[in-house]
Amino acid sequence: MGLIDRRMGIFLAGLFILTVAIPVGNLLIDGKPVPSYLVSLFGKYLCYALLAVALDLVWGYCGILSLGHGAFFALGGYAMGMHLMRQIGDRGVYANPDLPDFMVFLNYSELPWFWHGFDMFWFACLMVMLVPGLLAFVFGWFAFRSRVTGVYLSIITQAMTYALMLAFFRNEMGFGGNNGLTDFKDVLGFNLQSDSTRAGLFILSAIALAAGLLIAKAITNSKLGKILIAIRDSESRTRFLGYRVEEYKLFVFVVSAMMAGVAGALYTPQVGIINPGEFSPANSIEIVIWVALGGRGTLVGAAIGAFLVALTKTLLTGWLPEAWLFALGALFIFVTLFMPTGVLGVIESTLRRKPAPKPTQEASV
Amino acid sequence: MSVQLSLDGVCRSFDGFKAINNLSLTIEKGELRAVIGPNGAGKTTMMDIITGKTRPDEGEVLWNQTVDLTKTDEAGSARLGIGRKFQKPTVFETQSVKTNIALSLKEPRTIWATLFHRSSAAEDARIAELLDLVKLSAVADWMAGDLSHGQKQWLEIGMLLAQDPELLLVDEPAAGMTDAETMRTADLLRSIAGKHTVVVVEHDMDFVRALNCRVTVLHQGHVLAEGSLDHVSANEQVIEVYLGR
Repeated sequence: MGLIDRRMGIFLAGLFILTVAIPVGNLLIDGKPVPSYLVSLFGKYLCYALLAVALDLVWGYCGILSLGHGAFFALGGYAMGMHLMRQIGDRGVYANPDLPDFMVFLNYSELPWFWHGFDMFWFACLMVMLVPGLLAFVFGWFAFRSRVTGVYLSIITQAMTYALMLAFFRNEMGFGGNNGLTDFKDVLGFNLQSDSTRAGLFILSAIALAAGLLIAKAITNSKLGKILIAIRDSESRTRFLGYRVEEYKLFVFVVSAMMAGVAGALYTPQVGIINPGEFSPANSIEIVIWVALGGRGTLVGAAIGAFLVALTKTLLTGWLPEAWLFALGALFIFVTLFMPTGVLGVIESTLRRKPAPKPTQEASV
Repeated sequence: MSVQLSLDGVCRSFDGFKAINNLSLTIEKGELRAVIGPNGAGKTTMMDIITGKTRPDEGEVLWNQTVDLTKTDEAGSARLGIGRKFQKPTVFETQSVKTNIALSLKEPRTIWATLFHRSSAAEDARIAELLDLVKLSAVADWMAGDLSHGQKQWLEIGMLLAQDPELLLVDEPAAGMTDAETMRTADLLRSIAGKHTVVVVEHDMDFVRALNCRVTVLHQGHVLAEGSLDHVSANEQVIEVYLGR
């Protein structure tokens, strides 16, 4: 089984068609059959899909149920948001060339030290991966070495994102308090409001999703991937075989956090704002629902699940806003009870029943 | 012969209960040793201490007379060359029989080595050889979870051999096996002793007899008697606490 099996091939083909059709429909065809807001909306879904793939890598394959993956996504988003804030320059409301608007408003006299460097695009891109990666490394180092597993690990990941949310809400933190970062103008000289920039970001998100899927697939196909599954199924047995379980968990947790950071960095310019609400525990739980709905441990399923739930959320919150959380809860219960293998599992077992192609065999190591 | 493993004055208590009480034991290199004893005699705790899963409260555990095993963890002891087979067969249920063996092979266990690992013909041949030895070649591509209890026992023995450890700690290998299989296991363990050191914990006296080796009787966390099976069977105390009158 190569990197692109049937499941992955079909998904990437579909993603490719979408990536061509949406910008073409928006930019090249007269009368704009695809309105501009849809481009950014679908771009946002692609970021969610990448985030779901990141979670599936740790949860589906290594059994680490992180209820705090939204934190890595938000940190990536903030890192990119900081660059976009610096790009505004003196075009802000207060026209201060050195300080973003909220700092002027809060009487900052100079730029805080941790904002330095973010005026450079490459530095921001580095931080998009480095900050979530570093947090995951430090957090994972302590948690995995102390052998915190299962529910307890889930609870402390949840606490982590909650603590970050409270911290980012504070004006004194220097990240814009509860308003977050917004009012972005352009990135690398491209106007963020223009259709072509939006289409470009959409295409970049699609590329990031495809790359994320392939990286995750390469990891799970390798011998290391089989060790991750071994850890998921029997952690202590894996230890007795001589594998240092905490190292493997740390590796995959950090890779996943960086992937989530990239998703967040692409999300911020397309949505136009990043605020502490992204750290809220409910967001992180929603990611888990995407993965569970799509099909845990399938990667592609996680991406599909993110897309389906986010689309439903968009439709339902427009139509019946107060019903959304109930619908989400009901969906989770339904999936857990009746579709343990997720949407992808149901589709594939239905397809398999009819023509009965050759049984799927696991790849040798 | 030199000493493979020595325990000296080892104690370990859990909530005041002394699971291991002043246990001293020496295993020679290449020896086959059976450890018997009633439930709660401390057999499993002893294995936990040797493999670094549990730390003793006091006492000394030495590997090859030099390495202090009380300072290692499970992965560390495995890397030193201690392989362990559990009483309840634990295999990786959602992976194929072949993968189970492949993951156990004696190969580098670092992140990078496993991430960029490429399987080789030599490796495939070694896997095929091991599967043949434990008679699982026909089901090599099955999920390990679909195996019968006895087959899982064999798979775990195969995984243990794949690690090529210096010392094999084998906890009740015959549980769930037919009489014929039990005898085959005994033959297998006897055949690998010499090249490897083998410590077997077992309840089945026929199996222990078939092993035809030195026997250690544990009771309340310490050694009650040691010697040939006939020798310990004749020991008054052993009859009292274990064999029954």
